[in-house]
Amino acid sequence: MSAFAATFRRDLALMWGGGGGALAPLGFFLGATMLVPLAMGPERNLLAAAGPPLVWIAAALAVLATLERLFQADLEDGSLDHMLLSPAPLEMIVLAKGAALWVAVGMPLALASAPAAIALQAPPELVPAIVLSLLLGMAAFIGIGLVGAAVTAGVKRGGVLIALIVLPFFAPPIIFGSAVAGGEHVGAALSVLAGFALAALALGPVAAAAALRLQAE
Amino acid sequence: MLTYLANPARFMAFSAWAAPIFLVAALVLLAIGVPWGLFYSPADYQQGETVRIMYLHVPSAWWSMGIYAFMGAASFVGLVWRHALADVAARAAAPIGATFAAVCLITGSLWGAPTWGTWWEWDGRLTSMLALFIIYLGYIALWSAIEDEEKAARLAAILCLVGLVNLPIIKFSVDWWSTLHQPASIMRAGGSSIHPSMMGPLFTMAGGFLCLFAALLMMNMRAAVFRRRVEAARLRGTEA
Repeated sequence: MSAFAATFRRDLALMWGGGGGALAPLGFFLGATMLVPLAMGPERNLLAAAGPPLVWIAAALAVLATLERLFQADLEDGSLDHMLLSPAPLEMIVLAKGAALWVAVGMPLALASAPAAIALQAPPELVPAIVLSLLLGMAAFIGIGLVGAAVTAGVKRGGVLIALIVLPFFAPPIIFGSAVAGGEHVGAALSVLAGFALAALALGPVAAAAALRLQAE
Repeated sequence: MLTYLANPARFMAFSAWAAPIFLVAALVLLAIGVPWGLFYSPADYQQGETVRIMYLHVPSAWWSMGIYAFMGAASFVGLVWRHALADVAARAAAPIGATFAAVCLITGSLWGAPTWGTWWEWDGRLTSMLALFIIYLGYIALWSAIEDEEKAARLAAILCLVGLVNLPIIKFSVDWWSTLHQPASIMRAGGSSIHPSMMGPLFTMAGGFLCLFAALLMMNMRAAVFRRRVEAARLRGTEA
């Protein structure tokens, strides 16, 4: 089994096994979505305009909450040293961890955005595009998040620090993701989002691996 | 020049007299530029007296981006050649750059209220400038969160290089999303469109800000070097 597949399966098992840790971000997402109409009032037109973008915000924050332990656990229990000793490039192992996070947390969040968007009065015909945009957006968030998680892996209680570091870089996917939710130029916005996700997944693991090599020193 | 100063001992000798000189130059330039811009330059035919805020706003915007680019270069040198003084320079520049970014945002807001009729607008340049300010804060926070200075320097350098992508976004945001902020009027193809009478105070202020940055940078770096020496001396003291 290649190092990529092994890391992918291990991380997936860790996230879904042992009481379903991957369900927590999903619960966070639904809880945050529930607060939106309570804060804004249940007025339909207001919700239809602001709801779908707020689904994006809730999903971004939900995936952000999973980043803190992504590499920290590996650093603490010595797994990271084994990853460094492996003949496989660290960049690939980092990408495998990102892919596992996308499958375990990103995909469920993107799928959960469908009922959430409908509950927030989004036009039903836009829901498939919103789900698709979030699938791409989650890949972009994770590509960026790998860097934030890697540079803060050695910091105790680094959750707020990760948020501070990563959130400004979440701006481009949020901009184009909300454009999809707004219903104008959907195809173009999805293309830009896909391009951004690919760039983040290509560059993020390189920067994250460089940071992890330092963390293990 | 830079390779000459890369030696910490030579840097300390150079900055001992260069820092005060730059500080004096900054004070002189600002002492000329502030009254020139605020009292003796013409009011704008459209914006009236509020145009004077520009003499603070534009230089701080320029140098908040310039300082980030400087930090990017220093981070690169620190990462590739493992040069301790480059790490010190990047760290010392960050709070100055963050302050310039804050001044830019605040003065822009003060100017926007009477001119655009709004304190804040979510247009491309304002938003990406705010993102730059937050990136500065994240960089400073990362430095102070990691105890091992050697490690903190490398990790912060990686973060700084990743953050460099924001600079072209700020620079070209006004062309890509032509919403509210006016496009570049000085450094643009086809020559400057700003009136010559405004160039004098503007460039005086920009020069003053640059000298101020150089002086504060060297003072911050000297403080960092002195702190390291004190720590080293203390370690030697406990061993003996």
